[in-house]
Formats: sequence, C-alpha cells, structure tokens
Amino acid sequence: MQAHAALEYDYSVAKLFTFTTILFGILGMIIGTLIAAQLAFPELNYLLGEYGTFSRLRPLHTNIVIFGFTLSGVFATFYYVAQRVLKVSMAESKFIMFISKLHFWLYFVGALIAVITLLLGYTQAKEYAQFEWPIDIVIVLVWVLWGVAMFGLIGIRREKALYISMWYYIACFLGIAMLYLFNNMSVPTYFASGGLGNILHSVSMYSGTNDALVQWWYGHNAVAFGFTVPIVAMIYYFLPKESGQAIYSYKLSLLSFWGLMFVYLWAGSHHLLWSTVPDWMQTMGSVFSIVLILPSWGSAINMLLTMKGEWNQLTENPLIKFMVLASTFYMLSTLEGPIQAIKSVNAIAHFTDWIPGHVHDGVLGWVVFMIMAALFHMAPRMFKREIYSKKMLEAQFWLQTVAVVLYFTSMWIAGITQGMMWRAVDEYGNLMYSFIDTVTVLHPYYAIRALSGVLYLIGFLMFAYNMYKTMTSSRELSEEPQFRSPMA
Amino acid sequence: MDIRELQGYASFFMTIFLVVMLYWYIIYLYRSEKKGEKDYEKLGNIALDDEIDSKPINSSSVTPSENKEQKK
Repeated sequence: MQAHAALEYDYSVAKLFTFTTILFGILGMIIGTLIAAQLAFPELNYLLGEYGTFSRLRPLHTNIVIFGFTLSGVFATFYYVAQRVLKVSMAESKFIMFISKLHFWLYFVGALIAVITLLLGYTQAKEYAQFEWPIDIVIVLVWVLWGVAMFGLIGIRREKALYISMWYYIACFLGIAMLYLFNNMSVPTYFASGGLGNILHSVSMYSGTNDALVQWWYGHNAVAFGFTVPIVAMIYYFLPKESGQAIYSYKLSLLSFWGLMFVYLWAGSHHLLWSTVPDWMQTMGSVFSIVLILPSWGSAINMLLTMKGEWNQLTENPLIKFMVLASTFYMLSTLEGPIQAIKSVNAIAHFTDWIPGHVHDGVLGWVVFMIMAALFHMAPRMFKREIYSKKMLEAQFWLQTVAVVLYFTSMWIAGITQGMMWRAVDEYGNLMYSFIDTVTVLHPYYAIRALSGVLYLIGFLMFAYNMYKTMTSSRELSEEPQFRSPMA
Repeated sequence: MDIRELQGYASFFMTIFLVVMLYWYIIYLYRSEKKGEKDYEKLGNIALDDEIDSKPINSSSVTPSENKEQKK
C-alpha cells in the first residue's frame, strides 16, 4: 500500500459538473417558477415576446432540469463516487482524465446549444425528447464518452467487487443509451427531400400509436433511468457514508436492483391508458406499475433502516435530514404513481394537474433533495473546506419542504377537482361545466403552486450561495472528514 | 399463428421466466450465505472504508480465514 501513499482522488471533473448542476438548477427553476406563475397570471406570457410564452418555456424548463441539472448532478456524483468505491484515482489514467474532461466540455457546449435551439423554437415535439437530430447526435457522443470513462475506471479498479451504487450508475448508462437511441430515430427532412426546408427539421421514424408507445416507453423510463436509478445510486453511497452506518441489507439492495430492472421497463404504457393502444398493453402497464411498488419500497425501506439505532443523527445533521426526507418522498411518489396507473383512477387523473403534482413531489422532494445533499457531502472533501453555514442549511431544508408540500397538495386538489368537473354530467347526460369553469375554480391552486415555486427557488439560491461560500471562504480543513460532514 | 399471437405468447412466457429467475435469485442469495459460501453484507463496507489506500474487500466470497473466524 505504500506505493499509493501519495496518491489522492482527483475531483477536477466532479467539480466542473458540480458547477453546472448549480447553474442549470438555478436556470431551470427560475423558468419553472415563471411558467407556474404564467398559469395563474396569463399576462406574464407577454414579457419577452415569443420567447417568453408558456409553450416556448415549458420544454425549456423540463429539458434544463432533466438534462441540465439532474444529469450534471449524476455526472458530478459519479466522478466522485466511482473513484472512491472502486478505490482508483482518475489521476492514475491520463486517458480517462482526457475522456472525462472531453465529456464535460462537449456536454456543456451541447447543453448551451440545446437551450438556444429550444428557445428559438426548434423541436421535434416529443415530450422530454424535443431536441432535433444534430443535438441528439451530440448527446449520443456525450453518452459514449461517459461510458468510456465509466468502464475505463471499472477496468483499472483496485476494488474488484462492484458496490451497489456502481450497478445503478451502469444501469443508468445502459438504460438511457437504449431508450434515447430508439425514441429519437428520425428522418431529417432536408436530406430526405433533396434540400427542402430547414436543415434542423426531422420527423419521427414511427407513426401514430406506435410513435406514442415508443415515446412513452422512453418517457416513463427516462424517469426510471434518469430520476430513479442514478439517485438510488447516490443515496446508497452518501447516506451510509454520511451516517457511518453500512447499508441495512446489502442483499435487499441487490434484490431491489434486479426487481427494478425487471419491472420498470414494462410500465410505460400506463401513460397511454384509455387511448388507442391495445387493451392488453394498457392492463400490462397498470399491473407492472403496481408491482413496481415492491422494488421501489425495497430500496426506500433499506435506506430508512440504514439509520436504525442512529435516528438521533436526524436531528443533529441536516444532511441526514435531507436524505431521509428524500427517501420518504421516494416512497410517497412510488406509491402515488402506481395509484394513478390504476385504470379507474387514471380515468379521473389523466391530463389533470395531479400528474405534474406527482412528478414534482418526486423530483423536488426526491431528486433535488438527494442531489443537493450529495453535493453538500462532497464539497468539504473536494474543496477541503467545511460547509459554510449549518443554519442556512436548516432554513433551506424547511423552506423547501414547505414548498414541496404546498406544490403537491395544491395540485392534488386542483387535479381531482379538474377531473371530477370534466366528467360531471347532469340528469340528461350533458356536461355540466365548460373548460373555462374549471380554470376559474383552479386559479387559487395555481397561485399556491407559483408561490411554492418561489419558495423552492429561494431555497435553491440559498443552496447555491452556501456552496459558493463553502468553495471560496469557509474554514479550511486540515484532514478529510471520515463520515459526518463538518459545518459551521 | 400470426405474428401478434406469437408476440403475445413470447411476452407471457418471458415474464414467467423472468419472475422465476428473480425468485431463484432470492433463494440463491440467502442459501449461499447460509451455507457460509458468501457474505454479501460485508460489501456494504465498501462505501464506509473508501480511502484509496484502504484494503479492498474484493469479493462477496467468504475466504478460508474469514470462515475460520465465523466458526469461532
């Protein structure tokens, strides 16, 4: 072991992705808050001409928070966690270091171009897959580079056993690679027509119901392999490391992993209940969605039981608080999703505000909380300084928790009200309400959602400020903390 | 039998096959640990002891020395 005495983990790429996580987080959440406010106060649509309308900004919001914020967080934590659980430094391979830096810069430039094209209105009009074909090619290259770095690190590892987090990161890589390629198969019309029209324009290779099926197989599994799998990878590393407690049951983590891999891919058709998709496929989507509770709760309960006998840490360490709340929200949203996938419930829930309500208790409560906790844990180790302010961390936690609760409760009420009003008929079978009646009734809930967006955004800015001060002016640490992250 | 019917049977039997595989995996995990061949729980320490110069755990297999310690 003496030969490696001077060797240290190299966090240069993890740091770069940390910066983009914060940058895209702020950008995505500002836009999200603005479009939430636009739904409550429509005059806000006219602030920036065509560039400020809801229809232009909504895809920008979803793509920035998914491909900008979340993926940056996934990459940042990967380049941190992978080195540590594989016990190999990136500094040991110039090739991996070069590839990972290329990965970052291509990702960053690609993401900026993607933002600009969406703002200009170039879209292939598939939800969460709006980017036109040249950007798809850049994304594929970025993904391949990540794969080279990932399997390169695995190839030179000292720790032969792959820790469970690595399995989840690998699943994220393979899952998204498969989904993204198949869903984005399209024909660039400029080349197919011999030079007519815009060079960026393309049409999907699938049509009609097939297109919808492929789209929602992609859409749902983008949630699986982008919002679930890599976030589980994070919590399986950061919760044990921060608390000093090994995972409650490693066997359960393996079992949940394979259960999740097996079940998740079949559930996508629940997005197409009551549509032209074959009935058996709709039923299959519903059934697999219900079964999905088991592996999801298997992971979540494993995370909570990891704290067994150490629950005092919940009151003492705000990072534990963030992670325990994240796994609680994971449980909530993985129960809520299957409930919405039951056909009779879906008949009311489909197309209503309950759906964005569900998505946001998952992403705000689970994904963002976990990524922020992970970056806070990494900061003292990467920048060799303690976390700038514990008080600010506590205040941020409560502010954002209140924001998430306001968001999903308002959308639950709004969604169910909406669903019931759309279906209500009088004694002669005529619809009782017109669309605008529902809009009038829902206005207060939209205003509450906009308020929750403002609160959550303020919390995220507090996180960004705390991180900035941690990087630049916090007290320096003489040695790396083993478990609990030091904070002032 | 047309292609759609074939797809239906293929989907059904693949689901059954994968369910059996998953249950077999659960049994395998617990049985191999009970027999003393594997110790999956020690892999949880990879996250806790993750310094670059700390001793790798390397495998879930129980080494002869670990086996002796367990028997003590």
